[in-house]
Amino acid sequence: MGIGERDPHTGHMTTGHEWNGITELNTPVPRPVYVFLAAAALFAILYWVLMPAWPTGGSYTKGLLGYDQRAAVAESLREAALGRAALTKKIAAEGFDAITADRDLMDTVRQTGRALFGDNCAACHGREATGNKGFPNLTTASWLWGGSPETIAETIRVGINSAHPDSRTSQMPAFGRDGVLPRIEIENVVAYVKSLSEPQSARGHEAAVAAGRKVFASTCAACHGEQGTGNSELGTPNLADQFWIYGGDSETLVKTVWGGRQGQMPTWEARLTPVERKILALYVYDLRRRQ
Amino acid sequence: MAQLTRTERQIALALFVGLAVAGLLMVAGGRADPLGLHGALILGVAVFGSFGIISKYYEPLPGADRLREYYDDPSKFGVVAAMVWVAFGLFMGDWVAWLLVNPDLTFDAAWSSFGRIRPVHTTSVIFGFGGNALIATSFYVMQRTSRARLPDQLSPWFVLLGYNLFCILAVTGYMLGITQSREYAEPEWYADIWLVVVWIVYFVTYLRTLARRKEPHIYVSNWYYLAFILVVAMLHIVNNLAVPVSLGHAKSYSLFSGVQDAMTEWWYGHNAVAFFLTSGFLGMMYYFMPKRAGRPIFSYRLSIISFWGITFFYIWVGSHHLHYTALPQWVQTLGMTFSVLLLVPSWASAGNALLTLNGAWHKVRDDATLRFMMIAAVFYGLTTFEGSFMAIRPVNSLSHYTDWTIGHVHAGALGWVAMITFGSIYASVPWLWKRDAMYSARLVEVHFWLALAGTIVYVFAMWNSGIVQGLMWRTYNESGTLTYSFVDSLIAMHPYYIARAVGGLLFLIGALVGCYNMYMTIRAAPQRKRLASTSDMPAAVPAIAPAE
Ligand code: HEC
Ligand code: HEC
Repeated sequence: MGIGERDPHTGHMTTGHEWNGITELNTPVPRPVYVFLAAAALFAILYWVLMPAWPTGGSYTKGLLGYDQRAAVAESLREAALGRAALTKKIAAEGFDAITADRDLMDTVRQTGRALFGDNCAACHGREATGNKGFPNLTTASWLWGGSPETIAETIRVGINSAHPDSRTSQMPAFGRDGVLPRIEIENVVAYVKSLSEPQSARGHEAAVAAGRKVFASTCAACHGEQGTGNSELGTPNLADQFWIYGGDSETLVKTVWGGRQGQMPTWEARLTPVERKILALYVYDLRRRQ
Repeated sequence: MAQLTRTERQIALALFVGLAVAGLLMVAGGRADPLGLHGALILGVAVFGSFGIISKYYEPLPGADRLREYYDDPSKFGVVAAMVWVAFGLFMGDWVAWLLVNPDLTFDAAWSSFGRIRPVHTTSVIFGFGGNALIATSFYVMQRTSRARLPDQLSPWFVLLGYNLFCILAVTGYMLGITQSREYAEPEWYADIWLVVVWIVYFVTYLRTLARRKEPHIYVSNWYYLAFILVVAMLHIVNNLAVPVSLGHAKSYSLFSGVQDAMTEWWYGHNAVAFFLTSGFLGMMYYFMPKRAGRPIFSYRLSIISFWGITFFYIWVGSHHLHYTALPQWVQTLGMTFSVLLLVPSWASAGNALLTLNGAWHKVRDDATLRFMMIAAVFYGLTTFEGSFMAIRPVNSLSHYTDWTIGHVHAGALGWVAMITFGSIYASVPWLWKRDAMYSARLVEVHFWLALAGTIVYVFAMWNSGIVQGLMWRTYNESGTLTYSFVDSLIAMHPYYIARAVGGLLFLIGALVGCYNMYMTIRAAPQRKRLASTSDMPAAVPAIAPAE
């Protein structure tokens, strides 16, 4: 055991040990360390007295404040529901027409609907509901199943081609893969379909368009309508407007007719409350109305 | 290899053959499973290793004069491995950061998806970089502060090579989709068992060296290194208790379930922060900082208080990761209050380090290596304050699940762990390879500023992002419903994610500069071999005159 030496810089003694040239000063622990340790311990003890803290075998010390985090959550949920109750009740009780006419209620719908849509629908339909490839734009007049708030609410409730027993169902058959139409007829009908929304595209392909018109009348019109404007009973899209779910270029159109399509929209009945679904239906309806 | 005795060469060969058999069994048993691929990897390593031994088997045996020097070859290997892992791990980290900026950067491969390369990053930097640096410096420090050579030549190699094999199994496993899904304990059962074996050998090697020490007292660094080794063993074993689906499958199921599982995981997770990322690196700091500064430790008594404070309080605080969850509230209370208590010994350590620099501040100004260590102590203080603060329940309700946590972790990981390690490595490389100094002091300076700038950019970006995120998640509109959707908060994060990735890039570039500097130092002509003083020699054989 060595003898301590005085460190010239601090004036403190070393402990007298040395390890590979390293020494240690015998400086006393600075007072603030004890003060802070005591303060922290005091805080801890106080907290233990007031709050649930130590296990006692089968149970635990409950704390003088009787605070319970689960009760607190339940309470704040109850309060929040109470705060919203007036509006929620109104939305639940009133009909769609009455709500759409009520400016205050529609403000609530817009505020609440935005976050609801963002959290539940935006992943597929896009943040502004303008759609993605395979997921329809909800801000246009071009509806599959119809754009009234009631229809939209029903679509949200049961979904499309979903697991819900009442699900809306629809399918665009695979005319090419299933051998219903030969390649050439598919190309013709696509030329015709394209000409519905883009009349100038027919120029130079008159023969194909004319042939395609025949195919369309015999094969497609049953679902898409004589004019190709869609049928909201069957959930078929309007092919004569500018809005496409999958795409209106020839390549995508051929793919659609060749391989068929069956989009899937989930059911929300089990995941969102009736009021939330109603708000969403109104929100979607309102998006279109505001344009 | 040249230092291994005949018996050691024989045992090494036997070990490699044993490893080859284990690899072969895994290949056979896991034919239909990714386990087989790992078996093949192990087999390859074993065959390679055996040939290495066989080709050098008849080389001259080491003389007894080897015992007159410390055995530093394993430390050299560990330091180099640490730098390789840090370059790789930081690269992966910055990749993950850019991936959060632009989700298409997986290039449509499964192995590069976020869920796989994130643990590749964390494992590479924590276990690859941190672990190798800890093992390398622990051998170095232990021998010198005990004035005793390592007890044999084989076990340190077993520890280092075995440990790196574990890291490689871990990282390649994630890319193959093998994971336990336990944060920081992702490797599956067979890798975990292997690590237990390695760790026990590490612990025994450490105790054997300690038992041979010629100093009457155990230096404080060794307390910390020992706490690190011992507690990490305990944490690792308990948290990884699991039952494999079968011996031919990589997959296993944890013995714990539900909230007990969560608590076990975070008891492990936070104590990994405590005993891996704090204790071990404090051990590093307590040796390299006074050594480089040429100053005595400010206060021996403060070291004692902080050591026992940290060791005792840390064990309790894991539950602060589970505030406001299904975990009973009383457990959260304990986690929170002990986290607050923990601040005092943590700051005592940071203070002890900074006060040690009194009388050496001019060196801090001129020497980037020492400045690395100084800044590390500052970040250690900042991070432990922040940690205790975030553990307070109401604060946690804002910070939890946000990027604030990520910022906090990186203030600790970049600011504290990486900085103290770089400082220690810059100090030890010339000592280990017997060079006068690093190849370029300028480049150390460059590395220092890149690392500091990178850390600050990173941490500020994540603080901002985290707080913005936390506030957005709890903002209500007049109708009493949430104002923002989750996607809205992601869009708000985007600029901060870019800043974070840039900060990470700076840090990565700094580390690469460091690798280059080390490479050039090691390549340079060695100092004429001389053992000028007995201060860098074990005490065991004082009678023999230093060899020229
Ligand atoms: C998993 C993706 C997905 C999600 C999530 C989703 N949708 Fe849809 N939705 C679709 C698809 C696909 C269609 C079109 C189905 C088709 O092509 O037949 C659709 C159709 C609709 C339609 C019918 C449009 C029309 O023209 O009649 C409405 C309305 C609608 N979605 C509203 C919503 C709302 C509101 C939400 C959120 C609660 C939502 N969707 C969430 C995929 C999704
Ligand atoms: C059995 C009814 C049915 C028949 C017959 C049918 N379709 Fe469809 N079609 C659908 C439905 C339903 C969709 C919507 C599919 C979806 O959105 O998932 C659709 C979608 C399409 C689309 C995609 C529209 C877009 O917005 O991307 C095109 C193009 C199309 N049909 C063309 C045709 C052509 C051409 C034919 C005749 C060869 C035809 N369909 C016959 C039911 C039908």
